[in-house]
Amino acid sequence: MTVIKHDVLVIGAGLAGMRAAIEAARNGADVAMVTKLHPMRSHSGAAQGGINAALDEEDSWEAHAFDTVKGSDYLADQDAAEILAREAADNIIELERMGTAFSRQENGRIQQRPFGGAGFARTCFIGDITGQAILHVIYEQILKLGVTVYEEYYCTSLIVEDGVARGVVALPMMTGNLTPVQGSAIVMATGGLGRVYSPTSNALACTGDGMAIAYRAGAPLQDMEFMQFHPTTLKDSGVLMTEGARGEGGYLLNKDGERFMEKYAPNKIELASRDVVSRAEQTEIDEGRGVDGCVLLDVRHLGEEKINERLGQIRDLAKDLANTDIVYEPVKVRPGAHYAMGGIKTDVHGASPVPGLFAAGECANVSVHGANRLGGNSLLETIVFGRRAGEAAARYAKEHASPQPLSESVLQRDQALMSSLMERSHRGDGGDRPAVIRGELGEMMHHQVGIFRSREGLASALEKVRELEKRYQSVRLEDTGKVFNMDLITVHELGFMLDIAHTMISGALAREESRGAHTRRDFPERDDEHWLKHTLAYDTPEGPRLEYGPVTITNWQPEVRTY
Amino acid sequence: MKVRLKVKRHDPEAHGGQASRYSDYTIDVPEHITILDALLEVRDYHDGSLAFRYSCRSAICGSCGMRVDGRGRLTCKTKVTDLVKTEGQEILVEPMGNMPVIKDLVTDMEMYWSKMDQVTPWLQPADPGPERENLVSHEAMLDLAQTMGCIHCGVCVSDCPVLEIDKSFIAPAALAKAHRFVDDPRDAKTKERLEELSAVKGGIWDCTRCNMCVEVCPKDVRPMDRIMQLRELAVKAGVASGTGARHGEAFVDSVQRLGRLDEMRLLPASVGLWNAPRLLSEMPGALRMLRAGKLPWNHALPWRKPIAGIKHVRRLFDRARREKKEASS
Repeated sequence: MTVIKHDVLVIGAGLAGMRAAIEAARNGADVAMVTKLHPMRSHSGAAQGGINAALDEEDSWEAHAFDTVKGSDYLADQDAAEILAREAADNIIELERMGTAFSRQENGRIQQRPFGGAGFARTCFIGDITGQAILHVIYEQILKLGVTVYEEYYCTSLIVEDGVARGVVALPMMTGNLTPVQGSAIVMATGGLGRVYSPTSNALACTGDGMAIAYRAGAPLQDMEFMQFHPTTLKDSGVLMTEGARGEGGYLLNKDGERFMEKYAPNKIELASRDVVSRAEQTEIDEGRGVDGCVLLDVRHLGEEKINERLGQIRDLAKDLANTDIVYEPVKVRPGAHYAMGGIKTDVHGASPVPGLFAAGECANVSVHGANRLGGNSLLETIVFGRRAGEAAARYAKEHASPQPLSESVLQRDQALMSSLMERSHRGDGGDRPAVIRGELGEMMHHQVGIFRSREGLASALEKVRELEKRYQSVRLEDTGKVFNMDLITVHELGFMLDIAHTMISGALAREESRGAHTRRDFPERDDEHWLKHTLAYDTPEGPRLEYGPVTITNWQPEVRTY
Repeated sequence: MKVRLKVKRHDPEAHGGQASRYSDYTIDVPEHITILDALLEVRDYHDGSLAFRYSCRSAICGSCGMRVDGRGRLTCKTKVTDLVKTEGQEILVEPMGNMPVIKDLVTDMEMYWSKMDQVTPWLQPADPGPERENLVSHEAMLDLAQTMGCIHCGVCVSDCPVLEIDKSFIAPAALAKAHRFVDDPRDAKTKERLEELSAVKGGIWDCTRCNMCVEVCPKDVRPMDRIMQLRELAVKAGVASGTGARHGEAFVDSVQRLGRLDEMRLLPASVGLWNAPRLLSEMPGALRMLRAGKLPWNHALPWRKPIAGIKHVRRLFDRARREKKEASS
């Protein structure tokens, strides 16, 4: 058995993964990244609006931390939110010095724009391609350091021996031969799960792989019921229109041309937190004041020059995908599944409860976003906690270097599953194609586990996901080749998505309150007495087992939340 | 609407049989969809064996470059209705060019990325740097944005004719990436970069200015324009070397002197008058050109006079120089 071996393995090569890899390498570890996409293809690149840090003298990291906690509807762990805000400035300065071309003020310093739920204009940006610009710079550093990258290696499971994470099983897409990859520490950084929903702003690759892999290996997933719906996504495709559009002064209008957010958030108006704006939009639409199932995003008053400089990408996207030139007309937008607040539970060093397994970025839950994430905090989280996880993983790997080889049987389970799938497909028996199950899953999640939820809807969702899991057992391939079998990859992804959806539904059904992005019509109030706690989902053969854990409160007692 | 796709297939595992063929698909889809959406529809509901790369669907990840109707395109940015002008018209989808095919529409981009490595693709700042962020102008950062907008989809490399005959050409995408660092006021190695880009085989002087990369680029990076800017900067920095730079000078000199191109002298002036091996190696080509009437040998006779309106031509040169001087002062 040929085994690839490194000190630290990073699974996924978006911003969190690459930042972790850089830090692990700087700390002397032999690092390799295992990723299903080339690093430049990662979905971090699709982040548009910006990255937060208190840089201005009149701003403070404490204010940033408070905004984050308030935005989270008090579910964030406040020690983690403080770290996020306190370490933001240095990390962003470092990004600049690596080559990120942040927009500038007259005096040459980094410029900042206002963003939702923030008490100060603290979002640094590069037009509306912030994610892409940072992703490319971070990848340049990966090249400079010479970090090994196993590109288009699809990770199928985590290898855990005696309760310790020791590597992953990967499927190199070029050959189709399962391969063990050994590491003393593993950093999961595989990003989000948006594809569980349809429509979503997320890339087709965002299928929650890393979360499901860790979950199956015994790591708990935390706060999975909290899914962020971004207030401005395009009608047909679900593609993102940056929050920067509102940060720069754009309006949201209903069919009567009314700036309806004035009713829901009289102070912040369009720049209330995302959960508040999305709920308001959905209410307008449900009550008959929408346009075509949407509301209107209007930036015409900003003028063509500013739109081109600051919102150029979304101008192109709206033109290409919605036939609308935002310079001349408002564009139809609606809330769309965008970001998973939940993920693999970690401490502030990215360590999960499974020894040797770390996580960072969207697939992790530290938790800094709690029940609702602020715009501009996710890019920041990837950099701050990616770095911390990389450093901790390198230290762990040094202390726990294990010369002992992996057991010969590590591939057995995955190999057997793949063989039976192939045989079934060769014989031509078997049931649904993956797209059919995926389609039903996405639609169900959209309708029953969306912005507004209820016991009936969630109970029916639970029943549905169990049915889909059953049908998945006989899912059928049409490509039975080895080389670049994308059909096989989508089957793996679908299996992960079903596990993930199940944890989201169970968590949402159990949580009988409304907090942040989780809104129960049957329990419309936040209930701190019973529900100021984290949900932990553990994998069992019968489905997720839920436990609850405390929320860390340092400085800010929960208060009524208004914008 | 009904859409007809003709897709080039390649099966690397075909035994004995034909590795390459075409598959025809007719699908029923909404009118607003993109080529990528159409391919996903095929993969999901018609033929699960079709392989292609994809991810973001919003023209930012660069995964889905292909050759559509004979031209490199980003398929998530190309609408079916951009191409289908008459009902029932077929759309031809093929893998990108200038790269080996792995399977169906999936190409091996190894060569693409290795060219990127040739241009030292990271910032080389002055050491030590400032304590906080670098203080630079907003305009300087904005200038970088267009080149940084490159998503590395590979479409320009796919359709670059120079690369078809010269694999050593660093090609449009990597040269545009090089421009991104040369143009960055925070980079301390501008001169070294220009020197290298000018001297290296397949560098900035090997572009033939055909404009193909500008036409196919889905993000308006305008790679060829970046290459031309690099040439200018190299000349200005006094590091322009080699055949390409001398070719440019000889070209200008000829037009200024005679009001036309002196093809017979262009070659020796470009490669060097005493560069016998190179001159000899160009002889067969020169002879073919002579025979085809493409080399007007009599123009090169030493007693040939400048064209009638030469003073107008020279006045144009003077004016261009004056304007450039004014612009730079």
